[in-house]
Amino acid sequence: MRRTPARLAAAEPEPAHTIEFDGRPIPALPGQTIAAALWAQGIVAWRRTRGAGRPRGAFCGIGACFDCLATVNGRPNQRTCLLPAEPGDTVTTQEGHGHADLAV
Amino acid sequence: MPTSPSDADPCGPYDLAVIGAGPAGLAGAVAAADQGLRCALIDAGARPGGQYYRHPAPGLRAARPDRLHHHWPVFAELADRLAAHRAAGRISYLPHHHVHLLERREPWRLHAATGADGSGRATLRAAAVLLATGAYERQLPFPGWTLPGVVTAGGAQAMLKAGLVLPGRRIVVAGSGPLLLAAAASLTAAGAEVPAIVEASTYLGYARRPGVLAATPGKLAEGVAHGAALARHRVRLHRASAVVEAHGGRGVAPAGGWERVEAVTVARLDADWRPVPGTERRIECDALAIGHGLVPQLELATELGAATRVVPDGTVALRVDARQLTSVPGLWAAGETCGVGGAELALAEGELAALAIAGRAPVAGLLSRRRRLRAFAELMAAAHRPGAGWSDWLRPETEVCRCEEVTAGAIGEAVERLGATDARTVKLLTRAGMGWCQGRMCSSAVACLAGMAEPVADSRPLSGPVRLGDLAALPED
Repeated sequence: MRRTPARLAAAEPEPAHTIEFDGRPIPALPGQTIAAALWAQGIVAWRRTRGAGRPRGAFCGIGACFDCLATVNGRPNQRTCLLPAEPGDTVTTQEGHGHADLAV
Repeated sequence: MPTSPSDADPCGPYDLAVIGAGPAGLAGAVAAADQGLRCALIDAGARPGGQYYRHPAPGLRAARPDRLHHHWPVFAELADRLAAHRAAGRISYLPHHHVHLLERREPWRLHAATGADGSGRATLRAAAVLLATGAYERQLPFPGWTLPGVVTAGGAQAMLKAGLVLPGRRIVVAGSGPLLLAAAASLTAAGAEVPAIVEASTYLGYARRPGVLAATPGKLAEGVAHGAALARHRVRLHRASAVVEAHGGRGVAPAGGWERVEAVTVARLDADWRPVPGTERRIECDALAIGHGLVPQLELATELGAATRVVPDGTVALRVDARQLTSVPGLWAAGETCGVGGAELALAEGELAALAIAGRAPVAGLLSRRRRLRAFAELMAAAHRPGAGWSDWLRPETEVCRCEEVTAGAIGEAVERLGATDARTVKLLTRAGMGWCQGRMCSSAVACLAGMAEPVADSRPLSGPVRLGDLAALPED
């Protein structure tokens, strides 16, 4: 049997719920952070930097580096490695500082 | 949500506020409560345990969280004692509380951002404070380290332990320090292929003090256990080597159409960590987990002027006396804040601090355990101290400060042409270390590039980003 994190921890999670990432549905297990749900789908980048527009995703995984910022339910600059994925959350790739509407 | 002291501590000031619910803080809080002190256990995380005992969220219903950890029964026992003290009203456990400001007053004021998204705020009062804020990982930049799929070794561990996920299928583990072996062992156990562990040191540093090794047989046993697990999965250990470049591409599992890491270049290092030309080899992978040891998290204490010491690994730690008291009256410290030494040492120091705060005599067994483990920690620190030659693998266009996108070339110009000789001046000239992470990812590297011989503690008025409105709303009394 193939080794997986869930098999290692003998996890039998509650049923997955769905969040939306850039318009596409993504399953998330109860208790997983948004970053974990994205990693589980092989997605490792969800932000472009303010300067050079380079892609970034979770780096430190513990809320220290702020690389994993995304816009969640319309609020920019949310640390997705800390934020639990809630059913129906809308996550969008964050462009730069995420406040394009302010024209700063 | 609580905005005034009376909301957050309705029964008046706590006898003790413990900041951080990792091994040191947990041990400190339950031991202090055992002695009859009324404690607040304040933690930025969602569940007790800190980074070391990080474990799956309840919704994941993991029957065997112990398989992700060494020494799980120790944590289970602490968690039981915490639950009993909470039920008896002796400990208020406050998760999702990030203390960003510690005010030295009678009693102490602790100001925190609260909630999973940090949007709430709370202020607590306490007669004494035990700082158990742990550590974060030290990073040394290299070309390609900002590519998606490159994560910290501790981050890969944290995401696995809490979310049961992996950053890729074929993960190179690189950097320096004992965390690499632990991370590689858990990643392989969870199904990842680890084609290589790349360790910059030679491990020979451990052999310099055989007496210290003999006195800490548990540490050796742990190393042997990791080694056996890794041999079983045919993980190759490259010593005196480093990942000197990560290569991006769109060929392997594209990240939403964006590039991600698809290979790394590994080179041999000389004794000063300078890459040896002609030794480069390419290793294919879809993720890289990297880390160069841990850095004690001290901002709350250094901002108050607490005395520090330089540890043999080149980091700065708090100076504490035999009772775990810092140079600031009423401010105690335990665990990684006193120099990175691992969970077992943190447990002993947390308990010793609690006994001293309660006015009790220390337990002899704890004192000798602390002495043995602290000696091992200093040996480990010296064995993994980065060599000065690491900066040879940088290129002018390599980003050093990830937040502000400041390159090695820009920092070089600040040092060579503009005369900067310390990290603070480099920051003022280039913005390196001025971003969201407050220099946690780049300050070790920037200090080296600025040519600082001895590290100094970073002084920051706030230990995390805080909205101006929240500062303006701080209670006056």
